Amino acid sequence: MRRLGVAEALREAIAEEMERDPSVFCIGEDIGVPGGWGGAFTVTLGLEKRFPDRIVNTPIAELGFFGVAVGAAMMGMRPIVDVQYGDFLFLASDQIINNAAKLRYMSGGQIRVPMVMRAPVGATGRGAQHAQSMERYFAGVPGLKIVAPSNAHDAKGLLKAAVRDDNPVMIFEHKLLYGAKGARAEPGALDATSDIPDTDYLVPLNAASIVRPGRDVTIFAWLLMAHFARQAAERLAEEGVAAEVVDVRALAPLDWATLEASARKTGRALIVEEGPKTGGVGAEIAAGLAERINGLRAARVASPDVPVPFSQPLENAYRPGVARIVAAARRLCGVPS
Amino acid sequence: MTSIANGDFRAELLDRMIRIRTFEEGVRFLFLEGAMPGTIHQCQGQEATAVGVCAALRADDFITSTFRGHGHALAKGLTEQQLLDELFGASTGCCGGKGGSMHIGDMSKGMVPGIAIVAGGVPLAAGMALAFKMQKFDQVVACFFGDGAVAEGAFHEGVNMAAIWNLPVIFVCENNLYGASTRVDLVMKIPRIADRAAAYGFVGDTVDGNDVEAVFAAAQSAARRCREGEGPVLLELLTYRQTGHSRRDPRAYQPEAERKEWVARDPIETFVARLKEEGVLDNAAVERMRAEAAQRFNKAVERTRSAPLPSKDDLETDVFAPEATA
Repeated sequence: MRRLGVAEALREAIAEEMERDPSVFCIGEDIGVPGGWGGAFTVTLGLEKRFPDRIVNTPIAELGFFGVAVGAAMMGMRPIVDVQYGDFLFLASDQIINNAAKLRYMSGGQIRVPMVMRAPVGATGRGAQHAQSMERYFAGVPGLKIVAPSNAHDAKGLLKAAVRDDNPVMIFEHKLLYGAKGARAEPGALDATSDIPDTDYLVPLNAASIVRPGRDVTIFAWLLMAHFARQAAERLAEEGVAAEVVDVRALAPLDWATLEASARKTGRALIVEEGPKTGGVGAEIAAGLAERINGLRAARVASPDVPVPFSQPLENAYRPGVARIVAAARRLCGVPS
Repeated sequence: MTSIANGDFRAELLDRMIRIRTFEEGVRFLFLEGAMPGTIHQCQGQEATAVGVCAALRADDFITSTFRGHGHALAKGLTEQQLLDELFGASTGCCGGKGGSMHIGDMSKGMVPGIAIVAGGVPLAAGMALAFKMQKFDQVVACFFGDGAVAEGAFHEGVNMAAIWNLPVIFVCENNLYGASTRVDLVMKIPRIADRAAAYGFVGDTVDGNDVEAVFAAAQSAARRCREGEGPVLLELLTYRQTGHSRRDPRAYQPEAERKEWVARDPIETFVARLKEEGVLDNAAVERMRAEAAQRFNKAVERTRSAPLPSKDDLETDVFAPEATA
């Protein structure tokens, strides 16, 4: 058992999978440059020394190298594609949506596209174009699997499961969770370290996780918001409100069995999401739960419908925080504030 | 490697082109008759590009195609039956009826289902070639696209990566002078698409795309380069679409004189004339080919008319691969 942060856990997952399976390779920008950074957030740091032929450093050409990864995946390789910031997925989206996600279906099942797409997300003092929460744009694309780990344990297990899956899998990583220490630590970073087992383990791609049990209200969240949801639950507990916290973790397909069971038990669903409220993944979860559970009370905490701002007070107001989650939970439970 | 001088091989090239023309004319009729669903993008007049390139490939080499892929498919060894069934949306089609005319393909025959987003197949082909290179396979990919595709960012990004990694891709640009209805010289400042290769540091060549033997020779040499690790190669094949861009396009944008000029350079008729002149085939042999192609097509149509359609149960299959093989 070792204590690792998310970036280290991801790096370990990649190295282990590359060691295990020679068809696994990494492709992306600035990932294999000696003296470089190991991608924008150090995840692939040093891997080019261990796997010199399988770290494919690309031109700045997201549409191109995502397409290259799809083509390689079709022909028996297992690419892990690294995009520096999730926002750049818009450039790559034709290859992701029209090819990676659809080739199996439109070929009548002839093709497998076993590729992993890693994308950092989250508002972190970089203004509007290096900050978006991209989950919403891909969660409704048939043929894609999407996961979003909130801690190092899940990050490693999900990434390894994604590499072994025969479908395109997107893994969203939050920039404030990579690591609270080290050269590239972000201001405002949280401790997302975990005890990592020494044995090989996987986290299933289709399973939410109940991180705190409770009976009064379920708070559904993922990535950074899963941390804030837990903090909110602790505060609510002091006020006598027992909040259950579900780390949704698997965003597509959603783990409806776990989500529904929890919401049915508490009768109240509070979905917390970083990113604009309109058209978010939270809307999908709320609607899906409402279809399944008569009389469910549901509410969302999300960002306002604005681009991600730069200035710190604006960014703090943009990103849902613990106080807003607590207030929304109180309202949902009919507890006066 | 097949020699160009071989009479049987030349006859086979002709036969393949005739089969494509017969298929396309037959499909056009079925479509106008209202028997066929969807839309179609046909390749009458462009048969030599598909046949010449595919004849230079091995069975285990791959091609990527576009929304105009019927000719590519027949040239790469798919059958009329597989295609027709797919065009009719039958579950016996090459993609189980889930692809349709724009997405025909058969991986077992080395054809990726058509990528109908312009230039979308370019990075894909580079990736396939990267996989071949990383796995030390000696296969090549021929990536078909039209003149319209070279304006896309995907083209630039894909050929650049193929170039920097010396990937075994033959980029086959079928320059038929029009991207949909827009003439290529309105959207490109330089006259020759092949010249673009130089900008990326690899070899580009312009070839008469209506001369099947010239196409074959160029593709054969390109495939050799690719297999020797000296890829990629860009081939610009000059040809002409003797039919609309898609269904019911009267192609009023093509000047009459231009059309006539290209009909006079028809890839099939000019090749027939050459083979006759050189004593490879006589009239009777050519007529037999045409008759056999028609017969084959008609038989396939007959079967397709009673081919099973998918059921509602098929709607939600093939979205995800069932289980991990890793």
